[in-house]
Amino acid sequence: MSEYRSFRILKGKVSFLIDKRATVVLTVLILLAAAIFVWSTGLGDMKLSPLTVLKVLFGGGTDMEKLVIHDFRLPRIIVALMVGMSLAVAGGILQGMIRNPLASPDVLGITGGAAVAVVSFLAFFSDQNNALTVSIKWMPLAAFAGAGIVALLVYFLAWKNGVSPIRLVLIGIGISALMQGLTTLMMILGPIYRASQANIWITGTVYGSNWANVATLVPWTVIFLLIAFVMARNINVLELGDETATGVGGRVQRHRFLLLLISTALIGSSVAFAGGIGFVGLMAPHMARRLVGSTFGALLPVSAFIGGILVMLADIIGRTLFSPFEIPAGVFTAGIGAPYFIYLLFKTRNG
Amino acid sequence: MLLKNNSQRLFGLIIAIMLLICLMCASIVYGYTDTTWKMVLEAFRNYNGSNEHIVIQTVRLPRSLIAAAVGSSLAIAGVLMQTLTKNPLASPGTFGVNAGAGFAVVLAVTFFSVGNLQAFTWISFLGAAIAAIGVYAIGSVGREGLTPMKLTLAGAAMTAMFASFTQGFLVINEAAFEQVLFWLAGSVEGRKMTVLTAVLPYLMIGWLGAMIIASKLNVLSMGEDVAKGLGLSTGFIKIGAAVLIIFLAGGSVAIAGPVGFIGIVIPHVARSIIGIDHRWVIPFSGILGGILLLAADILARYIIMPQEVPVGVMTAIIGTPFFIYIVRKGFNAR
Repeated sequence: MSEYRSFRILKGKVSFLIDKRATVVLTVLILLAAAIFVWSTGLGDMKLSPLTVLKVLFGGGTDMEKLVIHDFRLPRIIVALMVGMSLAVAGGILQGMIRNPLASPDVLGITGGAAVAVVSFLAFFSDQNNALTVSIKWMPLAAFAGAGIVALLVYFLAWKNGVSPIRLVLIGIGISALMQGLTTLMMILGPIYRASQANIWITGTVYGSNWANVATLVPWTVIFLLIAFVMARNINVLELGDETATGVGGRVQRHRFLLLLISTALIGSSVAFAGGIGFVGLMAPHMARRLVGSTFGALLPVSAFIGGILVMLADIIGRTLFSPFEIPAGVFTAGIGAPYFIYLLFKTRNG
Repeated sequence: MLLKNNSQRLFGLIIAIMLLICLMCASIVYGYTDTTWKMVLEAFRNYNGSNEHIVIQTVRLPRSLIAAAVGSSLAIAGVLMQTLTKNPLASPGTFGVNAGAGFAVVLAVTFFSVGNLQAFTWISFLGAAIAAIGVYAIGSVGREGLTPMKLTLAGAAMTAMFASFTQGFLVINEAAFEQVLFWLAGSVEGRKMTVLTAVLPYLMIGWLGAMIIASKLNVLSMGEDVAKGLGLSTGFIKIGAAVLIIFLAGGSVAIAGPVGFIGIVIPHVARSIIGIDHRWVIPFSGILGGILLLAADILARYIIMPQEVPVGVMTAIIGTPFFIYIVRKGFNAR
């Protein structure tokens, strides 16, 4: 058993138990994420040493280096990091709230809703020559709207004197199956060119991210991540089950709604900018659980960084391994994440 | 639950079987080629080689039987999987069956340019079996053997891995994407009778096996320790259930491609109507699964005639509203 240290501010409204082992793990992960960030920025057609990258980041370097790093690489890497963190934390919250290890952004139909929105966007705003009639810039908005609408729909359909986790998740499965069906239907009915484009979106990619995306995504993500970390102790309570949670003074329905809102905000923004990157939301929390145990105060930050690292790595592989082809990052999140997770399963045999 | 005692349950089962048979007949009669009930009877009594008779014998009949068989198998596999993992979110897909089959098919299309449906059958069966065995092996690492939690996690991880590889190949190879998109959506259209007869033995072993271990599953669902205490050899039952799932779900995906939804949703519907006793849930789920897939398949022919909607899509579209109603109504007080 590791030692805890408590931390309270605002008269105990915000309080954490700080687990020493988790602090160590978290520090290592943050350093690792920073290292991968710098390394990733240096990789590509024009290779730069980490030192050059650092120099450019702090304002030095040649014009060419600045152009490559600032305009091409940084935005997508930042988006990758943010998206990974969002999805992992959202997945962790959902798993705790629903008390099911299989819960993930896909299960509640939230990503499915975004996918339907994107496929319809591509289908309805195309003319005969497969050219889009409106700017592709509106696609993130469509995705976000789709995610939000479906999340609300699931919540209200599951509402009956309050929302029970099992009803929420069962309705979620139904709606997500429906969304998946609609997506497939539209892909098959529409021209194959659009289907292929939609398939890339569904797989998830951070290709083509720009500073405008970063400027929208970063504040949003950071704010909701912080709220999520503060709410973490309420997930601990919810995980005890409704009766116990009510018994120890948790406001079950209110917290459940807030947590769902936070996860939807996180998932919605990440699918808006990076499409349906899978696996991270499902598996990053499980990896974190194997590393630091299942107290959410430690679990959420740790899974956030695991998620960020996973998506950054997947993006590195996607844009370098098959260069000059771009493979969507979503292909590799599971490709690199699953073997590591299976290794963790082996390692903690009696966990 | 809706049906409270055994005679009511038997009655429900009989009604469901009758509905299944009606839908199977309807599936033979209705479709793009105009046929009548009389023609169908004639096609079997005195076959005259006319266009309609050929359609009935070689297209509609296999299709109807396949829809019924696949629907039942998926639903039963779903019950087994949910019991084995003790997770209401589990489906045959959680065992890696669909993802493994999909990956095998995409590999075959990409590297060996295999293009016909008949060849997909064995390739996907093999892929499904390998993936499921892999999941089982990883899930049973460690001293205490296979636990529901480890099985679930291993399955989810392997499924995600295979799915991502499949997705990757499809993104690189757009020609293959076009070829397998329809297969990946799941369909019972255009399969020959030989496809069904080849896989049917495995499915039948699955159905019978599931009925045989039904009472043991009741014990297993009380929890590992209790089951052991009551004298059940849990390891044996778990392996048995896993093999049955591979036969049922692997066989289904081999015939029809990955048809989702039925395996995850029908068990819940069945339990909410007939209770949680596996001896009732398994046959009832099987019949309901067949009904849903048949109904979806019939409707799929009409929506965008003469094209067809993939049946996997239709099951979700007609099944979801009903499922949501059942969940909200809350027959099962869980």
